Parts: sequence; structure tokens; C-alpha cells
Amino acid sequence: MSRRARLWLFGVAGPGLAAVLVIGFRGLPAFGHYHGVYGLVVNGVELSMRHATDYVTALNFDLRAFDTLGEEYILFASVLGVTLLLRVMREEDEEFSAAGRGLDGSSDAVRLLALVLVPLLVALGVYIVLHGALTPGGGFQGGLVLAAAPAALILAGRYLELKILAPSWAMESAEGIGAAGYALLGLGGLIFASVYFRNFLPAGNPGQLLSAGFMPLNSIAVGLEVMGAFLIVWTAFLDQALLIRRRSLEAR
Amino acid sequence: MSFLPYAVAVWLFIVGLYGVVSSRHMVRTILSLAVVQSATYVLLLAIGYRSGGQAPIVADIPPTTTLVDPVVQVLVLTDVVIEATVTALLLALVVQAHKRFGSVDPNDLRPLRD
Repeated sequence: MSRRARLWLFGVAGPGLAAVLVIGFRGLPAFGHYHGVYGLVVNGVELSMRHATDYVTALNFDLRAFDTLGEEYILFASVLGVTLLLRVMREEDEEFSAAGRGLDGSSDAVRLLALVLVPLLVALGVYIVLHGALTPGGGFQGGLVLAAAPAALILAGRYLELKILAPSWAMESAEGIGAAGYALLGLGGLIFASVYFRNFLPAGNPGQLLSAGFMPLNSIAVGLEVMGAFLIVWTAFLDQALLIRRRSLEAR
Repeated sequence: MSFLPYAVAVWLFIVGLYGVVSSRHMVRTILSLAVVQSATYVLLLAIGYRSGGQAPIVADIPPTTTLVDPVVQVLVLTDVVIEATVTALLLALVVQAHKRFGSVDPNDLRPLRD
């Protein structure tokens, strides 16, 4: 469809859609006056029954742990899709000699800052993953911060060093172990508590690192998977930009 | 102004959709799709808000405080993950489309042959 036809269609359909949305939204509870029972129940029981102080993580890794399993495998499948789409094609080669191309411009100050950032990001990421059940954070957020640590090397204009600090086999195993570990933790619930993804570890003291049952373990598994997944995706795209070249005609 | 968050959600949805329809660059199409999705974040968080409510994290506030609904916040978290995966897949498709057609204009896309 041409751009003009699309715009014309949108001009007709857009206002109609807006009207339907506005009518639909009029049926929602007024802002600030929500009375969902589920949320109230969660707010009432998470501290007393699971000794978790971050109710969002408690929902994610305990009450809705099974939904999080689905979410994990959506991430897993899409990483699979990205690596399949961005593989080295038949008429392409990887040129490692060209890896620094386009990244030479970073100054010494930026490089130093990137090197300082790496350990700080690792520490912050580990903290956020482990304290998921206590303070804001959890596996998804912490895993992303952990993935940002090797990625900071790109700021330093050192792409091949990123591949040394975070080699693809390590990232792939981190993703696989995280995804498998999360499913196995659910199996632990089946074995020790007779329900898939039911908590099977003691609740501990609220506010302590080892508390909230199996939530910290779930958080670590998800953190590993998210870290691996995002590094795989980023390197897949950067490989396309920096390493993979169309094979020249005489070499074909 | 109790309708404002909902109005923002509708506005983000429509504006993002306009971006998808009108774009001449596929990366811009994908970014517009992200704008459409951000409407759902605003909508979910707005629905779960309770007047005077605190964030549902009781690490340093008494558990008896009025708290906002944590369920919708978990849904937003799921939403963010899905958006990241969808964006990554679409961008990978754009990279391959650019290799094959030499263009990132949606109008230049042709059916795949061979």
C-alpha cells in the first residue's frame, strides 16, 4: 500500500479509534480509585507469608512465577530468532581486522570512564539481582545492568575486547543455564511442595538477604538469562555493523 | 484532572500509530511501535494507582501504609521485556531487508523471491 493510501486510511480510521478508546476509558475506575481485590490480597499476604518486602518481585518470582516462565521463554525464543536472522550468510565473511573501524574516535577520558564503569556496573547488577525480594529490582533489572558492564567496553572503542570479556560461549551458557535453572526451580516446587513453582524453601527473616523463600534463586536464574540474552543480541547487531562484510566478487 | 493519565495513554497510542503509518524509514516505524506500546505502560500504571498510595515496597515504610496495586506493575515489567524482544527481532529483520533490497523505506519492499 502506498504511503498516501496508508495516511488516507489512517485519517478515516484514526478518529474512530480515538472515539472508541475514549468511550472505553470512560468505563474505567476514576484515576486513584482502583479497587482491584487481587492487588489488595497481594499487599496483605506477601510480607506475612513469604517475608518479602518488594511486592512486585514477590509477584514476579512467586505468585506469578509460572507466567514469568513464559516470559523467560519468549525472551529465549526471540534471542534465538535474532541470532538466526543475523547469522553470517553464505555470501558474507567475518573480518576481524576491521573490528575497530568506526570506533576509533573515543577520547582517553571516555576510555578511562568506561573502564571505571565496568566494575561499578558489575557490583550494582549483582546487588540488584540479589536484593530483588527486598528493595526495588530483581532478575530482569539486574541482569540488564550486568549486561551493560561488558557493553561499556564499546564506549572505550574496544569491540574485540568485549568479545574477550564476554565470549559468546559464556553468554550462551549464561542464557541457557538461566533459562533451564528457572524451569528446574519450578520442578523443585513440584518435588518438595507437590505444586510446580510453589515455594519450597524457608521464608527466613524479613529484610535479610537470605529470605523470601526461593525468590532470590529465581532472581539469580532470571538475571543470568537476561544478561546472556541481551549481550547475545547486542553482539549480533554489532557484528553486523563492524565485522560481517559481503564477500568480494572474486573471492566468491 | 483525574482523566489526564488516560488521555495521555490514548494520545500516545494514536500518535504512535500515526508514526507507524506515516514513516518512510523502517527504524522509525519500529520506534513508533515502541511509542504505541508505551501507551500500555501509562494505562496500566494509571489503573493501578490509589490516591495517596506508596510504591508497593515495604522495606522502609510500615506495611500498613496505603500501597498502589503491584499486579499492574508486574504486567508493565512483562510488557517492557516483550517490547525489548519484539524491537530486537524487528530490527534484525530490518538489517536483512536492507541487505536484500538496499533500502529501509517500507514502500521499497518487494515480495521475496528465490
